Amino acid sequence: MIYAVFAPLLFAILVPWISKHKDRIHTGIFVFFIPFIIFLYFIQFVGADFSPIRETYNWVPSLNMNFDFYLDGLSLLFVLLISGIGSLVVLYSVFYLEKSERLGHFYVFLLMFMAAMLGVVLSDNVFVLYAFWELTSISSFLLIGYWNFKERSRYGALKSMLITVFGGLSLLGGFVLLTVITGTTSIQGMIEQVDVILASKYLPLILTFILLGAFTKSAQFPFHIWLPDAMEAPTPVSAYLHSATMVKAGIFLVARFSPIFAGYEGFFISVSLVGIVTLCWGSYMAVRQTDLKGILAFSTISQLGMIMAMLGFGTEAAVFAAVFHILNHATFKGSLFMVAGIIDHETGTRDIRKLGGLITLMPMTATLAVFATFSMAGVPLPFLNGFYSKELFFDATIDLEGAAWLSQAIPYLAVLGSIFTFVYSMYFFFGVFTGPKQLEQLPKKPHEAPFGMLISPIILVLGVILIGIFPEMVNAPFLQHAAESVNKNVEYHKVYFWHGFNTPLMMSLTVVGAGIILFVTRRKWDKVYHVLPGKLSFNRVYNFIVEKMDTYSAAITNTYMTGSLRTYMVLILGATLIVTAGYMFLTDGFTINVGNLAEVTVLEVAVVITIIIGAIATLFMRNNIAAILVTGIVGYGVATLFVIYRAPDIALTQLVVETVSIALFLLCFYHLPNLQKREEAPKTKLTNFFISAGFGLLITLVGISAHSSDWFDSISSYFVENSYKLGGGDNIVNVILVDFRGLDTLFEIAVLGIAALAVVALIKMKKKKGAE
Amino acid sequence: MEFLIIILSGVLFATAIYNLLQKQLLRIIIGTILLSHGAHLIILTMGKLKTGQPPVLTEGISQYTDPLPQALILTSIVISFGITGLLLVLAYRTTEENNTDNMEQLRGKSNE
Repeated sequence: MIYAVFAPLLFAILVPWISKHKDRIHTGIFVFFIPFIIFLYFIQFVGADFSPIRETYNWVPSLNMNFDFYLDGLSLLFVLLISGIGSLVVLYSVFYLEKSERLGHFYVFLLMFMAAMLGVVLSDNVFVLYAFWELTSISSFLLIGYWNFKERSRYGALKSMLITVFGGLSLLGGFVLLTVITGTTSIQGMIEQVDVILASKYLPLILTFILLGAFTKSAQFPFHIWLPDAMEAPTPVSAYLHSATMVKAGIFLVARFSPIFAGYEGFFISVSLVGIVTLCWGSYMAVRQTDLKGILAFSTISQLGMIMAMLGFGTEAAVFAAVFHILNHATFKGSLFMVAGIIDHETGTRDIRKLGGLITLMPMTATLAVFATFSMAGVPLPFLNGFYSKELFFDATIDLEGAAWLSQAIPYLAVLGSIFTFVYSMYFFFGVFTGPKQLEQLPKKPHEAPFGMLISPIILVLGVILIGIFPEMVNAPFLQHAAESVNKNVEYHKVYFWHGFNTPLMMSLTVVGAGIILFVTRRKWDKVYHVLPGKLSFNRVYNFIVEKMDTYSAAITNTYMTGSLRTYMVLILGATLIVTAGYMFLTDGFTINVGNLAEVTVLEVAVVITIIIGAIATLFMRNNIAAILVTGIVGYGVATLFVIYRAPDIALTQLVVETVSIALFLLCFYHLPNLQKREEAPKTKLTNFFISAGFGLLITLVGISAHSSDWFDSISSYFVENSYKLGGGDNIVNVILVDFRGLDTLFEIAVLGIAALAVVALIKMKKKKGAE
Repeated sequence: MEFLIIILSGVLFATAIYNLLQKQLLRIIIGTILLSHGAHLIILTMGKLKTGQPPVLTEGISQYTDPLPQALILTSIVISFGITGLLLVLAYRTTEENNTDNMEQLRGKSNE
């Protein structure tokens, strides 16, 4: 199985070489064989006696991250959809994309996506699943932005990226929580520990995280907004990613995890509610669109909502219907996108207001469209698979348990959503293929598509019809297993076209009846869209968030990144002050111990007072030369203190250094132009005063408590004893400097040397003015 | 006595920081000098100011002041001197290039 997952990636490496010869032979022809072989490989597993297969390949065994592939009915359904529709889409793209396009890029992205998608549905390891999940987001981003010279493409790609990656990250959070709770990274292992998970207090959080991932990926309300903008991608991409595969990744995820969450009422409420709201909103909005792909995008959203709702119900009937509809939706929606692509390709526009009456010009396409749209609408005809799944859907909505308010409302909402589905399906078909011809408005003269382009939609529509006529063909050997992996209790369920006069049939007839009325009178009521959504568009919310995020983060940064060093100093010192003082206060850290002090002499007090006066005087000196000299007084005062405290070496050094420093200062002063004192605003002065006074006080307090807490003796007795014995010198300080701790001195010399070099460099290496 | 010195270094810190927050380059450098004085005094005080003899081995004396802080301060004095010298030259060159020593006007380039 690992070869099946990685084959597309490996082949993608070869694509650039192949695409060099694209003038002679279309790159897609080679690419076609990859999904086709994968499809053939997996089709062997289809059969009534299928049982799950597990394979493990080590990746990071120490973190329990391995390529654990698990093929059960659900994975098999998705794998066959991905590879099967993948083959058809590649075939279609051979005829859709001109050889002048950057085919190499296109097929590399597409193969990347295919591998990622296969990885998502086959992984049993949550972290591997997540890795492939993000790879689908990235490759989808690349494919949406394929025509990157278009502004709309870039906008759509960015939007889908932001939304799906947001969901992906929360999915990761859910996975991490699940792993921590169950101690395993395997999904099947988690399903075995379902009791542990259901008993966990993090259950609502896990569910939220995982559902956020699934809802963003599957374009559920209100995260659906990226899907219509993703229609800027080339049509094969829309057909593949945004109808059949990637948007079903979220569905897959919910289905995969429903054995865990199905026993939890929050799951039923959230998934069903979001699903049913998405169904209604998507179908309602689809009627409003004028772009063919726009209609299909909202239709996809609505159909995904329907599948999601059924998974939320979680009853046996609903799960089977969901699985059935996944397959059906992939067939008719894939073919509809291809039909839209053909119309775009042959007429030059996708605007439904400009199209009309194409049925005589493009009879083949029209035939395909009639089957696909009627199947999408769920028209009760025995050769359309859409009808069966819609009927099963209605059947599933009737007897729901749990959350009474929701269970009661769901059947009505389901009918409402389906009515609009009917309306936009009819609008799609009749708007394009019937009515007056408006040939003068079209950029190209329309004619039937080349046969190659029609192959893929024909196969898909054949699928629609065959499943419609013989639903049992896919049911027992295939879908039954898929449904079992979602809900073990699903029993074998026969699908009939005619199952008597019962409630689902009445619901279907209501849909058709009301749908026809609404479709015919569409012009009269479509003003309602000015009221709802009107200004209530989620795109506005998205744009608002993205825009304001930019402006506000810029504004916040600008408030403190002013470029003024003083502001930064105030911020740094203020924060340090608050944190340190607060910590001292909170931990009761201040101690004072007067027992161990030396006595005070008059001389010391006099010197200290002199220094204090000098230090304070530096602040008030208006004349700079006076300020420098007062600083000198402080320095010499400190040297005197060193003398008093019997530190001859530092006293000496201090004296010399102070003298040289003052000399340097005066030199500097001599060269600095008009150094008048600059007055500050009183408010600034006050801040400065508080910060500096606070800091001085803090240092005093810290110093006093540090001095008062006596934890251990000094190690200096060692230096005193061994200075002569080991170092051979009487002057202990000097022996420490050059012998015991000679390394300090070495680097201190280095510091001085570097400073000297820098001074020379600064003075000598003057750039000429304007030579920047 | 130690508390007096600690208060003194508190005052030195306070005045140093007030100087650091000024607009003039020269005052900022004065601030750094005061700051290093304060730090040196704190280091010295932490080694106890108990009266003893200077740390030079002499016959018949067993009580010396702590030599380790003195060695540390000596290193520190030299380093802060190096930094002060560099800062001064830097200030000189900055003023020469930009014709101002006002920190509020020295805000880097607008496109940075």
